[in-house]
Amino acid sequence: MNSNLITNVGAAALAVAVFAALPFLFPGAAMVDFIVYVAAYGLLAMSLNLLVGLTGLVAFGHAIFFASGSYTFGLLMQSGAVSIPVAVALTVIGTAALALVTGAICVRLKDVYFSFITLAFQMVFYSVVLTWVSLTGGDQGLLGGIPKPVFAGIDLNNGYSLYLFCIILFAICAIIMRQVWQSPFGYTLRLIRDNATRADFLGVDVFRMKLAVFVLSASIASVGGIILALFVSGAYPEFAFWTTSGDAIFALMLGGTKLFLGPLFGAFLLELLEHYVRAHTEYQNFVLGIVILLIVLGLKRGILDYVHDYWVRRRKVEKKPATAVKLARSPDA
Amino acid sequence: MLSLQNISKSFGGLKATQDVSIEFGAGSLSAVIGPNGAGKTTLFNQITGRLTPDTGRVMFEERDLVGRSSLAITRAGVVRAFQVASLFPTLTVGEALSAAVTSKQRGSWQLFSYFPVNSAQRRSDEIADLLGMADKRQVLCKELSHGDQKLLDIGLALALEPKVLLLDEPTAGMGPDERWRMIEKVHALWKSQNLTIVFIEHDMDIVFKIAQTIHVLCYGALLASGTADEIRKNQKVIDAYLGSDHHSVSGAKELQS
Repeated sequence: MNSNLITNVGAAALAVAVFAALPFLFPGAAMVDFIVYVAAYGLLAMSLNLLVGLTGLVAFGHAIFFASGSYTFGLLMQSGAVSIPVAVALTVIGTAALALVTGAICVRLKDVYFSFITLAFQMVFYSVVLTWVSLTGGDQGLLGGIPKPVFAGIDLNNGYSLYLFCIILFAICAIIMRQVWQSPFGYTLRLIRDNATRADFLGVDVFRMKLAVFVLSASIASVGGIILALFVSGAYPEFAFWTTSGDAIFALMLGGTKLFLGPLFGAFLLELLEHYVRAHTEYQNFVLGIVILLIVLGLKRGILDYVHDYWVRRRKVEKKPATAVKLARSPDA
Repeated sequence: MLSLQNISKSFGGLKATQDVSIEFGAGSLSAVIGPNGAGKTTLFNQITGRLTPDTGRVMFEERDLVGRSSLAITRAGVVRAFQVASLFPTLTVGEALSAAVTSKQRGSWQLFSYFPVNSAQRRSDEIADLLGMADKRQVLCKELSHGDQKLLDIGLALALEPKVLLLDEPTAGMGPDERWRMIEKVHALWKSQNLTIVFIEHDMDIVFKIAQTIHVLCYGALLASGTADEIRKNQKVIDAYLGSDHHSVSGAKELQS
């Protein structure tokens, strides 16, 4: 174990401890609901950012893997054949396989063509979910709830246990993504984002790199889908609809793509808006649209990106006088 | 070491490369010159797999490179730098170099170690020192001066420890003094790193001064190959490219007389 992994695991453990304590400090179901929704959609947005922010691949159909997570997990649990941890593992593996097949086609394309083919695959998936009624329940969604048998003494029918389970799943995924973000793999992806042609001429296998991050990102999105399926005890075709992908893109636009936690912040803001605006008006999309417009036109980037850029600029301005002083001291340099 | 054998390439009716055969010996420093549109960069593109020649072979270490991908050719040890510096705008100099070294060390797949790993960091620092850019490691690529961008472009190629280094106009867009500084660095690299270098260059003074062998292209065909003195005296080259009033030619005439 290197020191960096210890730091990341430590930070995640601390965050889990804080969130585990929250329901005791502020009792009430609303907050727990809110946090789990942010965790589920946060994983969707953060995993999408591995493609958008890190690799420069703007995927517009990311919800396919989110929905694949929900449906695969829901169906596995309804079959009654496997325990929850096994179902989670099988779901992630299954979604990774789906991503390997679709990704092998998608990542050969560039720019807007890539975006649209991911959207196309998602809509195919959506249509299959809608029309294969005997398996998926069609537009009703997976009916009958998702059974949560006790495993290793843990009973997820208990609300607090379920909450904790979701938070821990989130934390594990966050640690993996954080490690990737800082790894040689992550920096090779940045090479591809900035200049794929040159990366190729530096001996980087661009295709396989892109495919690998596509599969990784899909696997993590599927965990987001699992969390949501567990929490709402079902899976619905809306999970696979393009608006779910759109929400993930909105989260990136709101929160920003440069910082690791930007998308999570975006998902938090998005849920906050949905939550409070819906309580006051039925025109929540109208309000959401205005907020997005203000941020896009006003800041021209996500909020955390704006803060990041501002901070970098300030630091530069502070540095400059120092060099001026240095020059003044050594006029013959 | 690297040998082009009867390479031809046409784009429709335009013959970009016509039956070119050139031998680049191991450890040599060669220049490719020729008027604009003579097919110099096209030739580089065919060596590095960006374009595939219609006919002919590119032999490198007893293997034909034609038909292999640019990735495979790069990994085999034939590495290029670009005429317009091709960098990574949002990365710092140090990060870009370390990432290139990581690629060379086949470490790009490491998911869980912290970037850069020690060995990559060390090598990247060495290259920065070699280029004289040690104090610019924290600077973003896009914020470098033009000259430093061209230098870093070569540095990225060096990170791959190439056997053959192809430099497409290393001094493009530079002022006269900067050109000489740049070419002196290239010359020093060639001497110290035991490289085989082929470079495209427009400045005849530079070419005649440092290149061991000069290859002149004109309308896609090889007009002449030889040492500086042979090229200076070659009547075909004077007619097609140098022009009789070129001072390096008159210099050559003085030498003769």
